[in-house]
Amino acid sequence: MELLLDSLFNGVAIGSVLLVAALGLAIVFGLMGVINLAHGELMMLGAYTTYVTQLIFKLPILKPFYNSYIIVSIFLAFIVSGVVGILLEKTIIRKLYGSPLETLLATWGVSLILQQFVRSVPLAYGTGLIISLLIGLFLPTTFPSKIKESINFKYFKFSSWIFAALTGVLTGSVISSSVSKLSRASARNVDVTAPSWMRGQVEIIGTAFPKTRLMIIVITLISVIAITLFLNQSAWGMRIRAVTQNRQMSDCLGISTEKVDIITFGIGSGLAGVAGVAVSLLGSVGPNVGGNYIVGCFMVVVLGGVGNLLGTVLASFGIGIMTDLIGAGRLLSIWPDMPLPLSNTINFFATTSMARVMIFALIVIFLQFKPTGLFPQKGRMVEN
Amino acid sequence: MRISRRILAGLATASLAVTATSCGGGGTSGSFDDTVTVGILHSLSGTMAISESTLVDTEKMAIEEINAAGGVKVGGKSYKIEYIVEDGASDWPTFAEKSKKLIDQDGVPVVFGGWTSASRKAMLPVYESKDAFLYYPIQYEAQECSNNIFYTGATPNQQSEPATDFMYKRSPAAGGDFFLVGSDYVFPRTSNTITKAQVKQLGGKVVGEDYLPLGNTEVAPIISKIKKALPDGGIIINTLNGDQNVAFFKQIQDAGITPSSGYYVMNYSIAEEEISTIGPEFLEGHYGAWNYMMSIDTPASKKFAASFKKRWGADRVVADPQESAYNMVYLWKQAVEDAGTFDDNAVREALVGQKFDAPQGPVEVMPNHHLSQTVRIGEINAEGGFTILEETGVVLPQAWNQKHPSSKGFACDWTDPSKGEKYKL
Repeated sequence: MELLLDSLFNGVAIGSVLLVAALGLAIVFGLMGVINLAHGELMMLGAYTTYVTQLIFKLPILKPFYNSYIIVSIFLAFIVSGVVGILLEKTIIRKLYGSPLETLLATWGVSLILQQFVRSVPLAYGTGLIISLLIGLFLPTTFPSKIKESINFKYFKFSSWIFAALTGVLTGSVISSSVSKLSRASARNVDVTAPSWMRGQVEIIGTAFPKTRLMIIVITLISVIAITLFLNQSAWGMRIRAVTQNRQMSDCLGISTEKVDIITFGIGSGLAGVAGVAVSLLGSVGPNVGGNYIVGCFMVVVLGGVGNLLGTVLASFGIGIMTDLIGAGRLLSIWPDMPLPLSNTINFFATTSMARVMIFALIVIFLQFKPTGLFPQKGRMVEN
Repeated sequence: MRISRRILAGLATASLAVTATSCGGGGTSGSFDDTVTVGILHSLSGTMAISESTLVDTEKMAIEEINAAGGVKVGGKSYKIEYIVEDGASDWPTFAEKSKKLIDQDGVPVVFGGWTSASRKAMLPVYESKDAFLYYPIQYEAQECSNNIFYTGATPNQQSEPATDFMYKRSPAAGGDFFLVGSDYVFPRTSNTITKAQVKQLGGKVVGEDYLPLGNTEVAPIISKIKKALPDGGIIINTLNGDQNVAFFKQIQDAGITPSSGYYVMNYSIAEEEISTIGPEFLEGHYGAWNYMMSIDTPASKKFAASFKKRWGADRVVADPQESAYNMVYLWKQAVEDAGTFDDNAVREALVGQKFDAPQGPVEVMPNHHLSQTVRIGEINAEGGFTILEETGVVLPQAWNQKHPSSKGFACDWTDPSKGEKYKL
């Protein structure tokens, strides 16, 4: 019983990391059909946001709230990655809808730029830049409609960008002068330390579970529930689903597909940021942190069936549990006296490297029989 | 007018050089007869940049020190050392390509470079075919002995063997079972093969081993294996690389695998630089084995650390790989001065037998192009350094490991043409 619980927990723990990382991609790739290779780098931005938040919460003014910085950073990471995602959509991806190969190359280029960006720009000024982007993109939308419709709106827009740039430079300098660690550019990996209440283990029914893993499971659950509610209950969620099913028809019925694209991509990117917070709890934060997860993300989305959140959820937990079963050689402890050739085979695959090989092989075999994944999308769109 | 000024300058230089030699090489910066350009080849971009850039800093510092002390003196002339830094970009073929460029185009007499074994293996054929010389400063798995490479890092018998011995005999987990964790590439696998043979000789037991693919940070299956194999604590030998250590130590601490519950990790790739990245709070009470540790309490060691901090910033640390890089520049300088020429073959002959008072203590170049070194075992403390527990005498390097089944009974000797790369003892 204990063994089963332990194994199940480990599988769910591994799976939830995969799930939270793949959730944003499931929306961007699954619903919009955009192959976003910069997804991992959006995660990386989320992880760096956690790091910056952690350091800012160490300042004397915010010190009393230090323990809650991780909660704050989840929201901040969503916003940071979301804003960068929106900018990416507005400038690059919008022009490339319908040409997957070009999107793939362009987003790969973006991923390299983002990696180099965090290496060579001091994080304080990076934060400043994000803040100016945020203001520049959203300030004009808050103007009263009278101004928006006026012919001089472009000047208002322009001046709000100037304001945004100034605020960005200002915050950048303030942060850089108050937190010395953020004032220099460095290619060195940095470290996010979980607040003390999240360190150590908690005991449930006689088995000890690491708290950070539980936290990641909670973050994942909340993200999945929130995104499901949003897609199924809200008006924008309905519009997103409508555009996914039939873009031209939705356009004819008066849905602004342009806005839908921005929102969908923004949410997908924001979720990547949340995933970044989660992975920063497990390892170190560096320019390459996202690249380590991107293959796993695509694997999960393809296995789950494109355009289906339930498939993504099941696929990630499936892969998580299989990884644990194979990688930790669980079958041997469940059935200790199995015949020798069988136990030798299992032992051979019971290393992390070989378990990965085995998982990939199983997925390839599975896709031979079900090429569209666990839950293929049905309907008119698929046929044409 | 012009000519006479030049002659004056020449006379001044000559007299200065004479003063320099007569008073033991002090302060003649700025006046040299000639220059010599050496190559520095490390990754300045990509994943390895974090580690390798510290070596570039150290090598530059050593060169500046030598120049400040009068440069290299060959055949009565003093040479100022200049350097060309090339970026290997964490990409192994690039290392080979840049080596070719440094040798053919820039004509450098020596290249200081490399970190990963993969980069060294990529460069080796270039240096052998062009009969050029590479100085390689990293502790590595050995099982290699090239006439064209000079290795100043530790071989396994100068790091992992004394460490395994310490863990099994004298650590708090003495007599316990072993679990081996490493990244999935040549160094951890070779090192662990040697450790397994050694543990068997000692009468101990290796109850499990696992390798994490490079770039993978999911250590949950490894943790459950460790818990299953060592339910009541034991010895963990860790050869994980770079960032994977962060994931490993964060997660084992959360899973209750700590020194206070009887698990002791011996690390072969964690030096002061890495401790500050991972955070001493995750590493306190675990162990490391190196030739040089910043906490060595000798004037040479303190001077080395102080000059590095003075040159590159007070928050910087020095660690074993940097010390090896520092030593190799000085050993090259000594060999060149003894040989009286920059010519590779003469320098190679003069190199063997060179002695140097390194920050770690005296080192000497052996006929197998490796260094004799002192091995130290340290416990990681809360300040992010090592508390040195043990210090061996000088240990001779084994290019061919005597515990590895494939190389037992072999050795390397480049001073004797009949022996060479690999001969039977």
